[in-house]
Amino acid sequence: MKGNEAIAEAAIRCGCRHYFGYPITPQTEIAAYMAKRMPKIGGTFLQAESEIAAINMVYGAACTGRRAMTSSSSPGISLKAEGISYLAGADLPALIVNVQRGGPGLGGIQPSQSDYFFATRGPGHGDFHVIVLAPASVQEMADLTRCAFELAEKYRMPAMLLADGTMGQMMEPVVLPEEAVDPDDVMKGKTWTTTGTGMKRPHNIVNSLYLKPDELEKTNLERFKRYERLAAEETRWEEYMMDDAEICVVSVGITARVSKNAIVECRRRGVKVGMIRPITLYPFPSAPIEAAAAKVRCFLTVELNMGQMSEDVALAEKCARPVRKCNRVGGMIPSADEVAAAIDRIAKEGR
Amino acid sequence: MAVIFSKPKALMDATLHYCPGCTHGIVHRLVAEAVDALGIEGRTIGIAPVGCSVMAYDYFACDMIEASHGRAPAVATGVKRSLPDRVVFTYQGDGDLASIGLCETVSAACRGENITVIFINNAIYGMTGGQMAPTSLVGQVTQTSPYGRDAKTQGMPIRICELLASLDAPAYLARVAVNSVANVRKAGKAVLTAFRNQVEGRGFSLVEVISTCPTNWGLTPENACRWVEEKMIPFYPLGVYRDKAADGKEAAK
Repeated sequence: MKGNEAIAEAAIRCGCRHYFGYPITPQTEIAAYMAKRMPKIGGTFLQAESEIAAINMVYGAACTGRRAMTSSSSPGISLKAEGISYLAGADLPALIVNVQRGGPGLGGIQPSQSDYFFATRGPGHGDFHVIVLAPASVQEMADLTRCAFELAEKYRMPAMLLADGTMGQMMEPVVLPEEAVDPDDVMKGKTWTTTGTGMKRPHNIVNSLYLKPDELEKTNLERFKRYERLAAEETRWEEYMMDDAEICVVSVGITARVSKNAIVECRRRGVKVGMIRPITLYPFPSAPIEAAAAKVRCFLTVELNMGQMSEDVALAEKCARPVRKCNRVGGMIPSADEVAAAIDRIAKEGR
Repeated sequence: MAVIFSKPKALMDATLHYCPGCTHGIVHRLVAEAVDALGIEGRTIGIAPVGCSVMAYDYFACDMIEASHGRAPAVATGVKRSLPDRVVFTYQGDGDLASIGLCETVSAACRGENITVIFINNAIYGMTGGQMAPTSLVGQVTQTSPYGRDAKTQGMPIRICELLASLDAPAYLARVAVNSVANVRKAGKAVLTAFRNQVEGRGFSLVEVISTCPTNWGLTPENACRWVEEKMIPFYPLGVYRDKAADGKEAAK
């Protein structure tokens, strides 16, 4: 199954019946899949007039407690920024998929990880975060889609699946959850939704406007308490050959896959190298990286951008060890040999 | 003693923040009366805009959602597609609906989205202090057209009902005014029709309400109503621009 299709099918199986999107490469397979499936299962596929409209349709659907999603690629996510900020301000759960391509501007259509800052620092105006998940296989495209919906609802905030274009386009075997979530069940227990009062309760208001500064401050402080809880309980990462590692690669998505091959090759030559692969980018797995700094002598970030995540790595390990970079941009992907060469350079420095 | 005039049930018992002489209060009442008349308060969800009526969510007794500037028709679409048996309305001003949200307006109308849109056209941005609106008249002095709107550089005002009437899908398009008792009565009927259409599943219904803004027009409430009659209505003719239900009845005769 293609990565993009795995997202779509996984979303359906976890009770999402409302997809709103606008065509853009390289994520269009998600829309195409939804367009085929949704009408057959009583769901809504709507090709919106713009990315802005699509995210606002998601906002409307989320107000009713439905599991709703949109997907796009980098330039389209810029347009969604307004809506993402409003989702965050109104504490609404929703899924935004970003299958990244090279930028800035129209950029290109080949894979990239250059929206890292945009996603992790806050994709929109105001003081807020979204949950950011970075899949590194088609299996994770499916698994993290489910995880994104669940975390978004648990913490009442938008979640972004931040994949690079390769993850969307590549095909791998995938095991999908057999048991499907009932799309009506996910609405239950949400007391804040606007589904009509039924003349049985006072009206609910979904809103992000607070004209009194002390009230607005309170909402921000409460939100950041939730972020603290999220970081304490939901941070995810994978460690690979880290037990005796002297060099620690940090990488996500397709570059983590390439790096694994490079690590195997370097290990064969006796270089003690391992990898920490962040799965949640927000919250960032700072603790394992700080712990690694006590035993490794250098970090190497491998990214499809000019080193955006390397800043988070340096912050996490408090600049205790140098952070070297191996970057390709514009849609170029480093080969395993390129990454192995970068690892070898660090290994030689140590001798 | 018999009560002969009271607050509609669908309005909250709240003090409105609108300026003296502003007609938002009248239109809020007309919407609430329509909701009461159809007995739909418990299954109605309203979408408030950005603009003077941003706090409409505090005034209507039904569930309410605050949308970002211009996006109310998209938000309404998301709600309606999630809960097709609920009644969903947007309440939007001219900057919201006819400028920043024009794309969302036209697209929702073009899809024939089964929602009700109440469009307040008072030819000015009220909340931000009186800037030129897409519907400001030629020659109208505003904060951002201090020498009067110049058609050569600032273009002509946009007529939303006529624009949307070029589309096939909308079920009901009407322009009304609330500057006189007679016009308010007609406006009430149009608003009721726009809600009834949705309940009956007829599709996109929009009522454009020519309204006043005495504060930013620099007129007394009384003169503002006169300005509507003398300046606004000649450029924005009142009437029904589309009524599929009525056309259907005529065709059946």
